[in-house]
Amino acid sequence: MSRSDSSPPSRRGLVALAWIWVGTPLAYGLYELVRKATQLFTG
Amino acid sequence: MSPPIAPPGWSRWLVPPAALSVHLSIGQAYAWSVFKPSLESALDLSGTQSALPFQLGIVMLGLSAAFGGTLVERNGPRWAMTVALVCFSSGFLIAALGAATEQYWLIVFGYGFVGGIGLGIGYISPVSTLIKWFPDRPGMATGIAIMGFGGGALIASPWSAQMLESFGSDSTGIAQAFLVHGLTYAVFMSLGVLLVRVPRPAASAADGTPVPLEGVQVSAAGAVRTPQFWCLWVVLCMNVTAGIGILEKAAPMITDFFADTSTPVSVSAAAGFVALLSAANMAGRIGWSSTSDLIGRKNIYRVYLGVGALMYALIAWAGDSSKPLFIVCALVILSFYGGGFATVPAYLKDLFGTYQVGAIHGRLLTAWSTAGVLGPLIVNWIADRQEEAGKSGSSLYGLSLVIMIGLLAVGFVANELVRPVHVRHHVPAQKEVADVQERQQPA
Repeated sequence: MSRSDSSPPSRRGLVALAWIWVGTPLAYGLYELVRKATQLFTG
Repeated sequence: MSPPIAPPGWSRWLVPPAALSVHLSIGQAYAWSVFKPSLESALDLSGTQSALPFQLGIVMLGLSAAFGGTLVERNGPRWAMTVALVCFSSGFLIAALGAATEQYWLIVFGYGFVGGIGLGIGYISPVSTLIKWFPDRPGMATGIAIMGFGGGALIASPWSAQMLESFGSDSTGIAQAFLVHGLTYAVFMSLGVLLVRVPRPAASAADGTPVPLEGVQVSAAGAVRTPQFWCLWVVLCMNVTAGIGILEKAAPMITDFFADTSTPVSVSAAAGFVALLSAANMAGRIGWSSTSDLIGRKNIYRVYLGVGALMYALIAWAGDSSKPLFIVCALVILSFYGGGFATVPAYLKDLFGTYQVGAIHGRLLTAWSTAGVLGPLIVNWIADRQEEAGKSGSSLYGLSLVIMIGLLAVGFVANELVRPVHVRHHVPAQKEVADVQERQQPA
């Protein structure tokens, strides 16, 4: 499988786009989580 | 439908986001509680009634994963992700209709029954494919996807709450929120359907006939007849029960534990503790599962179950004397809970091969359904009895903690009993090749 580790240039954009697609909502969820979790130390 | 085979040069790093698009969506199930108060006031429901769609959804998750696993193996991940998309999204749309017409049974049927099928098929849809793409790091690959299931609730919880705030908490507002959820998740999950590919099967140079998979291969029907499958079933069930034991009562538990001390825990601090547990659960899914690629599956479960029992023992021993110790131990236990979920597909792959690992995983998830009932039952029932007996503070949970240690010990022994699968359960090489050829036939 290691041959597919080095993506051809045409796929790199797609890989980046796919990760941004799933990463953006996940980052939002994590941000909200951290905001809430800090209440343990401040609340 | 024949599975979509990757063209030459297809990057395997496109497969984890495809899996995540499904798992981040269906993970919404654990944020159902956001809708409960609004449903209760809008449709005049009790707390038990408003929990029904979620409960039916989890039952359907277990059933569809157990019974649909073989279909997922046969038809491939794109078919499975399409079914998951259609069921999960239309579940929300039916629920929207139910809320708009104030027909609660439609919400239960839509979200619980139809959506629940989407949960089960979606949960197992990428597992087998990820393991095939990442034979060198199966724990990491499945850890990414299953971490997404935990992440789904983190996204949906604030998002759904904001939506109810904007649309209103009456039946029309709930219907609009369900409608937006259904449509958004359909678009979001379509990435998985479009991107997922199975790796090209290895073919012999001479005539292009597929060569058999390397190592031990056991069918799903064969796997459930092995003691290894049932040992793993016990391992997963015990590990999940121990985790749910804390997760279910996290907020009241930390409040009760330190109620009689000079530094009691406030309601908002308890909510922060619950959020921190969710973070540990998620981190454990990717962190511990990836670690299993380095130290081996059996060893990582020794850690989950052995060190997990030790953490419970520390909580019981320290009582209300140390808040930081309580928090650290609970976080470690929850990270093991997540890790146990995420590592089990790779453990199955080690024992039964990749031939029908998705279907075997589906059948194993019945352990999750069992633990989902067992864990909360133990902790809630015992806490109630202790309260009736006049106990308070940390002593409310003493017996529950001891039971959790016992359950983890049972899981530890079951893990020690796992041995390589006997040769009589192995699938003959000719059967594997015939199956691969059959799947490659145009639909």
